Amino acid sequence: MSEFILETRGLTKHYGGVHALEDANFSLRHGEHVAVVGDNGAGKSTFVRQVTAVEQRTSGTVVFDGKEVNFDGPLDARHAGIETVFQTLALADDLDVPSNLFLGRELYKFKLGPFSILDRKAMRDRTLEALKTTAVKIPNVDNPIRNMSGGQRQCVSIARTAAFASKLVIMDEPTAALGVQETAQVENIIRGLKERGIPMILISHNLRQVFDLVDRIVVFRRGRIVANLRKEETDGNDIVSYITGVKSQLVEAD
Amino acid sequence: MATSAHGTGGQKYDPAKKTRPPELNVLLALILIVVVFEILNRMNGGSFLFNMRDNVDAIFNKQRIDIILLQVAITGIIAIGVTQVITLGGIDLSSGSVVGATAMITMSFAQTALVNGNPNPKAIFGDWAMDLAVIVPIAAALACGLFAGLINGLLVAYTRIPPFIATLGMMVSARGAARWWSNGQPISFPTETYASLSNGDLLGTLTFGLLSWPGQNPAVVFILLAILFQCIMVYTRYGKHTYAIGSNEAAARMSGIDVNKHKVLVYAIAGMLAAVATIMLTSKNLTAQAGMGIMYELDAIAMAVIGGVSLSGGRGSITGTVLGALIFSVIISGFTSIRLDAYYQEMVKGAIIVGAVVLDQWRQNKRSRG
Ligand SMILES: Nc1ncnc2c1ncn2[C@@H]1O[C@H](COP(=O)(O)OP(=O)(O)OP(=O)(O)O)[C@@H](O)[C@H]1O
Ligand SMILES: [Mg+2]
Repeated sequence: MSEFILETRGLTKHYGGVHALEDANFSLRHGEHVAVVGDNGAGKSTFVRQVTAVEQRTSGTVVFDGKEVNFDGPLDARHAGIETVFQTLALADDLDVPSNLFLGRELYKFKLGPFSILDRKAMRDRTLEALKTTAVKIPNVDNPIRNMSGGQRQCVSIARTAAFASKLVIMDEPTAALGVQETAQVENIIRGLKERGIPMILISHNLRQVFDLVDRIVVFRRGRIVANLRKEETDGNDIVSYITGVKSQLVEAD
Repeated sequence: MATSAHGTGGQKYDPAKKTRPPELNVLLALILIVVVFEILNRMNGGSFLFNMRDNVDAIFNKQRIDIILLQVAITGIIAIGVTQVITLGGIDLSSGSVVGATAMITMSFAQTALVNGNPNPKAIFGDWAMDLAVIVPIAAALACGLFAGLINGLLVAYTRIPPFIATLGMMVSARGAARWWSNGQPISFPTETYASLSNGDLLGTLTFGLLSWPGQNPAVVFILLAILFQCIMVYTRYGKHTYAIGSNEAAARMSGIDVNKHKVLVYAIAGMLAAVATIMLTSKNLTAQAGMGIMYELDAIAMAVIGGVSLSGGRGSITGTVLGALIFSVIISGFTSIRLDAYYQEMVKGAIIVGAVVLDQWRQNKRSRG
């Protein structure tokens, strides 16, 4: 078994002329929690979208669970064991909580192609269970999530990821809109994942949180990885200087 | 815990106090409109729904109710498909023209050889196409609807053409095909079996004679299809994914739903439902004309929107559309009953369609204000 659960080599994404991600060499050990930090537009979400195959990368390779992978799409990545909280949350506002939790992986009473009959009770029961284990409080899971607060919707997305977590969890700014209590709750969910030995990539602008939760910090700047530091060998000011470009581990070609 | 629980914010929440289903409002509106027309008719000594003639032994005005039902049924069957397309976040402007083209093609295979002992004066093909088994025109109709729906779906899913434009193209082309098929000549005189598709007693057959509703097959088919698709939309993956895509297409994609394939399927089903409506329409009228179905697409969209289907996708139900269809047809025949001139009726119809869309916008604004 390889030492790493995820490795990217030379991962690159260009949107037309925009070099959003350039030659990213990233690795994540089994059971390790790594934070990805960087300014707005540094390419963090772009990195996530390439790993999870929401978009097709311009170049580079991704090795997951010991094999080089070319996922067809996010479902493929999920089947392989990657669960993601996207920054855009990826929720259907007009559906209720169980439908969102099981979106794209519904449970069935019996299979009949597209007209397979949903097992709505099982999905609802499992949803309540998942919300309980993650201590997420939603007043009425049968309401469309449109009517829920931003934080509640975020909690739905996080509970979904935690409930299905298997080989790798990626969270893109999971606490961005959350209150103090809810943030603490999400941090507890993340600690739970650590205890279960599930590796994770956490994208966050909250350095306090990053230092609290992860083993290693990777800094993105202008689409490139400019630092890769163990938590013990760095501190907040150090990270900020990498984020702002005062310091860099990157050896520029020119 | 029976009456209150606490949300994330710690607010009290009363689970017993559910929000009223929007369909209920539509139903109330329907009842209100019927009552208004009843009163308007009574003021002139008539009645909207009830039989006023002494020489006829009936409680209801059968003639008017039949007209309403036929109108609801034919356009309503189309509206079932249109509802799904709109819920998906799309729009289908082609259904009326698809009815036209399908009518012409289908009738060509439904003709009878002899009319009153003489050769069919409207024969399109030679003898080989006469007196074919009824399954042939039915299959031809469904194939036409499927074909048009597939093209709509493929265009919408795999090119970047907006649904409005893609189905507008189909609207123009299918109407062209309808006129080209017989150079604009009507096609008439179907076989007796074909005519019985509308005029028989399907309810009697289905219930082994327990119930009977002769001559109302379009309404029976409409109700059966409405129940079927209401169930499909609520209880199957097809329905769940239709709502999901209409609600947030990007999220549906990220969740691994094959959005493109699903879109093709929904448009294809809408096309086939237009074909079913065509079978009912032509077997009722015993003739097909190239101009059949003009404006049906707008009627169907109006029915859906009146019934609470949101034009921005993700919200609505077949039940709502059925009620919307009833409201729409009641208004139209209500205006006939108070002898409003046909020109005014057209204008009013236009106003209803625009009004329904304004209502939809208003509902959305209200929702986002909380
Ligand atoms: N689809 C796209 N087309 C063109 N440019 C894009 C696209 N998606 C992202 N970009 C650009 O790529 C760059 C990186 O964006 P990305 O979303 O990865 O930033 P980020 O690090 O996640 O920022 P934030 O902290 O604000 O979420 C930005 O300059 C952005 O404008
Ligand atoms: Mg981002």
